[in-house]
This record gives sequence, structure tokens and C-alpha cells, in this order.
Amino acid sequence: MIARDGPELQGAELHDRLTRTWSRKPGLIGWLSTVDHKEVGRRYIVTAFVFFVLAGVLALIMRTQLARPESGLITADRYNQIFTMHGSTMMFLFAVPVMDAVAIYLIPLMVGARNIAFPRLHAFSYYMYLGGGLMLWIAFALNIGPDIGWFAYTPLSGPEYDPGKRADMWAQMITFTEVAALAVSASIIGTIFKQRAPGMRLDRMPLFVWAMLVVSFMVIFAMPAIALASGFLISDRLVGTQFFNPAEGGDPILWQHMFWFFGHPEVYIIFLPATGFVSQITETFSGRSVFGYPYMVLALVATGLLAFGLWVHHMFATGLPRMGYAFYTAASMTVAIPSGVQIFCWIATIWSGRPRFGVPMLYVIGFIITFVIGGLSGVMVASVPLDLQMHDTYFVVAHFHYVLIGGAVFPLLGVVTYWFPKITGRMMSERLGRWAFGIVFASFHLTFMPMHWTGLMGMPRRVYTYPAGMGWDALNFVSTIGAFGIAIAVILFLVNVFTSYWKGELAGPNPWGGTSLEWATTSPPPPYNFAHVPVVESRTPLWDADGGPLPVMTGLRVDERETLLTTLIDAEPDVREASAEPSIWPLLAAIATSILFVGSVFTPWAVVWGAIPVAIALTAWFWPKRSREPGEEPVIA
Amino acid sequence: MAVALVLLSACDREAREVRGKPLPETAVAAQTSQLFPAGGTAGPIDPRAKMYEGNAYHIAEGGRLYRQMNCVGCHANGGGGMGPALMDDQWRYGGRMDQIVASIDQGRPNGMPSWRGKLTPTQMWQLAAYVRTLSANVAKDVAPSRSDTMSATYPPTLAKPKPPTDSDPAAVKGPAR
Amino acid sequence: MTRARLSAVCVGLSTSGCAGVQSIAPSAGAHTSAFNSLFVVFLVVCGFFYLLVIGFLGAAILRRRRQGEDGVPALFRVWVGLVSLSLVGLALASWLTDRAMASYGDKGPPVRIRLTANQWWWDVEYLGANPSEAVRTANEVHLPIGRPTLIELQSNDVIHSFWVPNLAGKQDLIPGRTEDIALLPRKIGVFRGQCAEFCGAQHAHMALTVVVEPEAQFRSWWRQQQAEAPAPRTPEQLAGMTYVTTRECATCHAIAGTTASASVAPDLTHIASRKTIAAGTLPMSRGGLYAWIADPQGVKPGAHMPYIGLEARQLDAVVAYLETLK
Repeated sequence: MIARDGPELQGAELHDRLTRTWSRKPGLIGWLSTVDHKEVGRRYIVTAFVFFVLAGVLALIMRTQLARPESGLITADRYNQIFTMHGSTMMFLFAVPVMDAVAIYLIPLMVGARNIAFPRLHAFSYYMYLGGGLMLWIAFALNIGPDIGWFAYTPLSGPEYDPGKRADMWAQMITFTEVAALAVSASIIGTIFKQRAPGMRLDRMPLFVWAMLVVSFMVIFAMPAIALASGFLISDRLVGTQFFNPAEGGDPILWQHMFWFFGHPEVYIIFLPATGFVSQITETFSGRSVFGYPYMVLALVATGLLAFGLWVHHMFATGLPRMGYAFYTAASMTVAIPSGVQIFCWIATIWSGRPRFGVPMLYVIGFIITFVIGGLSGVMVASVPLDLQMHDTYFVVAHFHYVLIGGAVFPLLGVVTYWFPKITGRMMSERLGRWAFGIVFASFHLTFMPMHWTGLMGMPRRVYTYPAGMGWDALNFVSTIGAFGIAIAVILFLVNVFTSYWKGELAGPNPWGGTSLEWATTSPPPPYNFAHVPVVESRTPLWDADGGPLPVMTGLRVDERETLLTTLIDAEPDVREASAEPSIWPLLAAIATSILFVGSVFTPWAVVWGAIPVAIALTAWFWPKRSREPGEEPVIA
Repeated sequence: MAVALVLLSACDREAREVRGKPLPETAVAAQTSQLFPAGGTAGPIDPRAKMYEGNAYHIAEGGRLYRQMNCVGCHANGGGGMGPALMDDQWRYGGRMDQIVASIDQGRPNGMPSWRGKLTPTQMWQLAAYVRTLSANVAKDVAPSRSDTMSATYPPTLAKPKPPTDSDPAAVKGPAR
Repeated sequence: MTRARLSAVCVGLSTSGCAGVQSIAPSAGAHTSAFNSLFVVFLVVCGFFYLLVIGFLGAAILRRRRQGEDGVPALFRVWVGLVSLSLVGLALASWLTDRAMASYGDKGPPVRIRLTANQWWWDVEYLGANPSEAVRTANEVHLPIGRPTLIELQSNDVIHSFWVPNLAGKQDLIPGRTEDIALLPRKIGVFRGQCAEFCGAQHAHMALTVVVEPEAQFRSWWRQQQAEAPAPRTPEQLAGMTYVTTRECATCHAIAGTTASASVAPDLTHIASRKTIAAGTLPMSRGGLYAWIADPQGVKPGAHMPYIGLEARQLDAVVAYLETLK
């Protein structure tokens, strides 16, 4: 038997043998032990959207409460839990994970790999993410939902002012998502650095791959700050340490520094993948490669670096030295330059291409129209004198929803439409898609545009009610109507997803005429992604091939999971590497870790005794297998 | 299973009972003396005791009152001073919830003032629940680890419970006479 | 000019019009005037760039198709230059405004106030030249027009934020620290401030009345606040006073001239002269007092004022007495 793909092993036989090697085991255990990035990615995406809908329902409850002044629909205590849950869920359980989720599904396909790097680690990441989300929402259902805001400022979140376990649930949810995000980032960086198709030099990578590379590094640098902060908070609350207690030499402002040192990069961790989405869609629908590729890459890297120098602009009202503020104002405004570069390059791409206006492209246009408003109001709040009035008002609420919904959710809905045929093999309905886009776009502006005025007219954030006659009533009512409009659009979008999943028009491998490698394989892709490893010679491999077959490289084993590693800069074939087999141990390790995390909310001893099952699970996970004998070098066909 | 039970019991533990229970339900246990010196027998425990000492919000409110009403002035942060220590197992007038409430309500000889008519019954129950955390006699998942003041007390979330050993007031050798 | 424009923007979207007692327009202080001018500068520059982007986008979508990037690279350089230059300009304008704002506190002999935030009310102390002039009140400050006021800001519990939009921007009150803020009122009127940093259950009901008045009126207000509470005149008022000074009320509140001297809740000496009850939750009126005292937790759930369960006669007496505390 020939154990490698090549001229002798092609077509149906190759497909059968690769499928046998790369498929997961049958049954429930097989389902739970899969390490296929497409399956994990799908679960990740679906889970993230479930949290999106849940948090959206909370938003509707809040908007209903605020529709009229002095409304008694929900109590102050419940409202405070609800807005905290809305913010925390959207930020930690939707926005960041959904970007990771799409990347998990797509990055290996885009770089032409058989599977993601560290397959078991990314499966572990999913289970941790799920565990954290479940813990938070079960706690919320049991009236232990955090009521301290998604930012959890001390001392309000400390042991004296937030009795019970509410803040602990929040802080521990952070730990869960933290572990999940770090694990995914390691997998994504590994995949991008070492598993790119031969010839896909750094300067030939699709812009989404670049964006995820930058974002993954940002996660690795930003997350430890919040890990430390939430760890301090939990130990203050559980064992009486004094990190944030000014009476004992602690400092509540320390929390804010650590939180925002993470919190501001977090915004870009959400936004930069969305810019990658926009680049991919614009490229495909304009029929040309993105204008100013090197500038786009530099803009991504520059944003990633600058994002770490801005955090103090969330703290202008805390009374730090004024001269210091001036620097953070300047740094915050500087971010507008790379963003301006990106906006220009996208429009220039449309300008100089032959654009088609399918639903994904509509979302791109909606993104530009909306996001630029958010970016410009961001320039306003970067100014100290302006921010001191706008900070913590509805103006800021409007600003960041323009940035996050306009800048991340619109592109996300666009790419769901765009990559839906790749994931499911069926197209989404164009007609329903246009309706959903039109309604979500109009309703979004109806909801959030008035909030600029509400804020300037003095309405602070995070209030569960407000007095009548302040001039806020009508504006709030309009916002509430808009919010229900968004809900209708989301329902329409989901209806489109479900009907298309069962009944949609069948899609070929490349329904949109895209040029990146994910379009080179079937829709949905087989478990092994590519029969032969594709070889890349430019930034637009599929357009170069012009419908014909891509150049490929053969010589990978088909009877064992084997993947090709290439060099970091030039992606020259380097070594063949075994890719991990499916395993139940990532799930068991995640369960053990979850028990440790949840237990340590209640007793510090959980860290000690809980470490034992974790150690057992990790030992079994990493139990070495026999090493393979060295094979012959791969050959380019 | 244990985790599930803890979670299910959470609803009561976390509720913010801002209104307290209206009168007469929150009336002080008994207006007569609740003393059970050595040899005496304590009556059945008041059912409200569990409600207050099992609720994190009530304990936190009790902690606030403890500091605002200057209990610290005599009892310090539980270590005692002019008044007896509250963090040990020695109770001259009983260490049960209803007994502590009775002490707050009626006052006790040698300096403990009566708070009847100065604090509401709800507040007395809250204070009593907080006082019980000082000797770690409430569940660990409702007790605060520390306050935001200067304090050197051991976190009740970690301390071993010191169940009250009722003793004859005359026999106790405390700092207060 | 600035104000007119902002108001026009404001009215344009709101059918009920701008109530304006807690708003950046109309501005009643030097800081907010400077804010409004700077805001217009930012609005114009940002608006210009928005139109540029939308214009370019529209042209890109609508233009007749030709291949090639004709002139785009040159345009790109112009664009990046324009963006960078404008940002430098805006940063400079922002910095200069900030410098100017910092000097407003020096324009004349200041009134000094110490403001201490509590969950969920404001403790106000006027610091006079000598202790006999000191005045303690709550949830309401009076400021003389045209003179700076320097406010020392402290917090007794969690982080709050002092914000009177008509007068100036925010300043947080942080436990363990003393911050300060200067105000320079320039317009007579009654304004509303509100805590702007989430501070717990009743964050929404933590407002502050700000009365800007002429110097002479301010002086007489201050003198009047220094006075002790008047003695009760009717038997009912006397009964009320007896209750307030000997029962639960006196455990937390103070009334100068009586035995009530606790300081964990708002000073009641001149409560009837204030415009609101419970930090802006209810208007000061007989009905408001009844509602608040009879069931504080129904009005402001979670507030530290307990439900006492007064009998009707006691309630009548307490309200009758409090109403005399002008």
C-alpha cells in the first residue's frame, strides 16, 4: 500500500483513505473527542451566537425599562445584574470568542493546512469557554449574577460592597475565557507561523490571516493583565488580601489601570478581525486584491501596538496628572491614522475594482458608513475636556456601539453570509439577507444615533431609571423602538440561516469567486481540508489559477495524521509533523479545570485539591506515543 | 451533587431583601430576657435566625451598621476592648442569633446600651448576623472576607467556626467588668 | 453662537425640548462654555472628514467602471497627510482648552466646599474662614455667580463621580484620596448634577441640586444655613421633634440645636429649605416627606434609610416637625 499522496494515489481512493485517517471516531465519545478545527470552529461559532442572542434579549429588557421615565418594570438590583450581564456576555462570551471561532474555522483553510496547530489545545479552549459561559449564566439564573458592571471597579466589587458570590462569578468567568482565549491564540499563531502552504510568504497572506496574527499576539499580551487583576479581586474577596483596600495600603485605582490595560486592547481584539473580514469581502466582491496591501498590514500592526498605550483615556476623570493625560489624548488620536488608512484602502479597492453588491458587500458598506461615525466620536472622547463631559454618559454608549456593532457585528453578519456556503455547502437567501441588512442598518441608527443627544443632554450610563422632564424621554423611547427593530432583523437573519441550512441553494467550492485558499476545497470541506497541499505563488492564488487546478505538493502520509510545517518568513517546506489524534482528554481536562475554578470561588482549598484531577487529566492528555520513523522528503509535484 | 445543592440554595443567599420583612414579623424575638445561664435551657431557635445569617446582603448591611453605629468603639473589630470580644466562643448572654438580638435590643449591664427604638428590628437581626461572622459561625459563602477599613482580624471566610459555649456571666474572665 | 447651535441640534431631535437643567446646553459655567466651543471645533472637523469618506465611498460605488488605480496612490498620500494634520490640530486645540480650563479656579477668591460622597447621597460642608461659619448640608450646593468654587472631593465608600454638566466636566470621588474640582458659574439658575460613576444599587438616584445665585443671595443663604433649627411651635411639631431626636432618626441624622448629632446620614437642620429629598429622588413637599419616611425602600430600594413602620400619628408629627426645618 502506498502511504503517501502523490501521482500514484489520487482521486477517490485518496479521498477514502484520507477521510478514514482524519475523521473523528463515531458515536458520542467521538463527538466529544473531536479535534477537527472545522467541528470545533462550528461549535464555537454557534455557542457565541447563542450568547449573542441571550445578551441581546437582556438589551431589550433594558431598553423596555428605559422606554419611559420612572418605569417600574424591573428592580434596581435586577437591572444592575442585567446590564452587567449584557456587557460581560457581549464582550467576553460573544465578541472575542466569535472572532476566535471564525478564525479557528478559517485560518487553517486559508493557509492550506490539514488541521489547526495544537488541535487538542483548541478543543480544550472550546470546552473552557463553554464552561465559563455556562457558569455565568447559571449563576445569573440563580440570582448570583454579577451586579458590578462589566468593568467591576473596586471597591464596589470588593468584599464589603458586593456581598455574596456575584462578583466572584464574574471574576471567575474572566479566568475561564482567559484560558480559552490564550489557548486559541497559541493555536492560531502556531498555525499561521508554521503551517502555511508552501510559497505563502508573510507578504502573501490574506489580510484576515494577518489580522488574526496581530490579534493573537495582542491577546497574549493583554490577557495576563486581567488575569492578574481578577486573581487579585478574587483573593481580596475570598481570603481577605488587601490589594484594592486603600485603608491597608491598597489602591482601587490599581484595578482600573490593570483592567483597562487589558480593556482597551480588547476593543481592538474585537475590531481588527472585523477589518480582516472586511478586507476579504471587499477583495472578493471588487474583483481585485486589496489596494495598499503593505499599508493595510502596517496599519494592523500599528493599531495592535498603539492599543497598548491608550488605556488611561478610560480614566480621565480619576484625577491623574493633567500633563500625562495630554500624552494619552495624543496616543488615542494617533489610532485614527491607521484606521483612516484602512478605510481609504477599502474604498480605493471598491473604486478601482468592479464591485458587485451581494449581501456581504452591503454589510461592508454599512460598516464603513457606521464605523466611521464611531471612529470620529472616538476622536472626540479622546480629548480630555470633551471626555470629562461625555465620559459615562449615553454619548459613550452611542460611541462604542457604533464601533462595536458598526465595526464588528456588521462585518460579522457579512462574513456569516459570505462563508456560510463554505461551512454548510449551501447559499443563504439573498432576498432575506437584503431585508435583514436593511432593517438592522436602519434600526441600529434609530437606536444609537439619539443616544449621542441623550448623553450630551446629561443622561448618565448605568442608571436603571431616570426622572421625567429632563428632555430624555422622547429620545429614549426612539432608542427603544430601534432596539426592537434590531431584534427583528436578527430574527430574520437567524431564520435565513436555518432555512438556508436545510433548503438553501447548493453552493460549489467557490460561489463568490474568491481568491484565498479556503475556496479551493469543496464546500463543506472534507475532514482533511485539502487532498494535496496547495502551493501558493502570489497573493491571489485562485485568480492566478483561473479556474484550473492549483499547483500542489505531495508526499504527506495518508495513513496517519500528518501535516506540513513550513518556514516562518518564506513558507518553504520544512518538516513533516504528526498532527494530534482525537482525544477525550481535552474535555476531561476542561471539566477538571472547571471544577477547580468554580470551587475556588467558594474555598481556596479547591485550588489545592482541584489541581489533582487537572494534573491527572493533563498527564493522560500528553501521554507520549511512539515516535514515527523519519520518512523521505516531500516532493513538489 | 454538592455543587448543585450549593447553587440551588443560592437564591436565598444572594437576595437583596431591601425592605426587610414588615412588622410584626421582624419584631424582636422576645421582649423578656433571653438569658440561659449555665443550667438553664434555651428555647427553640427562632426561624428568622437562619434567614438573616444565611443571607449575604443582610450580613453586609449588618457590617455597615456595626461600623456606623460605632460598635467598634467598645468591641473593636471583634477582638474586644471596653466591651467583650465577639470573635471567640465565650458569650455571657448567649451567642445564638436570637440571644444576640435580645442583647442589642435590651442592652446589658456594664455598658451595653439598649438599641430598642434606635434601630429597627431588621437592623438588629442584620447586626446579629454580622456579629456571628466575627466568630465564623455563619456559612463561609455568605461571610465577607474583610471590610474596607483597617482591620487585623482573620478573614471569616477562612476561620474555623467557634460555636458559642454559653457561660455564666459571673464566671467569665473578660476584659470588661 | 455655540449655544444656539447646540440647542438647535438638541431641539431638532427632541419633541419635548431640552429641559436643560442637567445638560451641556445651556452652559452655565466657564468650563462648559469652553467645552461647547471645543465641541463645535471637533464637530466641524469630524463632520468634514465624514463627508469626505462618504463622498469617496459614494463615488466609488456609483462611478462608471474603468480599470486601473488612476491617481489613487497620490490621493492616498494626501489623505494620510490631511488626517494626520487635522489630528495634530485637534490634539492642540484640546490641550489649549484644557490649559485654559485649569486656570478658571484662580479667577477671584474662591468659595471652598468639601463634598463627601456616600451610597447614595452627597454630604456637603462649606468651609468658612473660621469654624463658626462652617455649614453642613446635603444634596444641595449654592454657588455665587462669577466667583470660582473649589470643591474638595472625598468618598466614604465606593467610587462616585461628581458631575454638573451645565457647569463643568466630571471628577471622580475615590475612597482614600482627596480630589478637587473648580467651578466658575456664569449664569443664574437651578441645575442638577448626578453621580456619573456606577456606585451600586441606587446609582440612578444620586443627584445633587446646584443653585447659582447672586453674591448677596448666596451670603444670606449661607447665614441662614448657619442658624440652628427653630424650636417647635405646636404640640404636634413638638411630638415630631421628640420622636426625631430620641428614636431611630437620631441614630443616623443630625439636627443642629437638638440632641440629634449623628453623621452617617444627611444633616436635617435645614431640610425643608432644600429642593429635593433623598438625593433628588423626590421633590421637597409634604407629600414627598410622607412618601419617603413611610416607605423609603419603596421609593429608593436598597437605600440605607430603613423602613421603620411609623404609626399614622407619629408620621404626621414627624412630617410636621421636618417641615419647620427651613
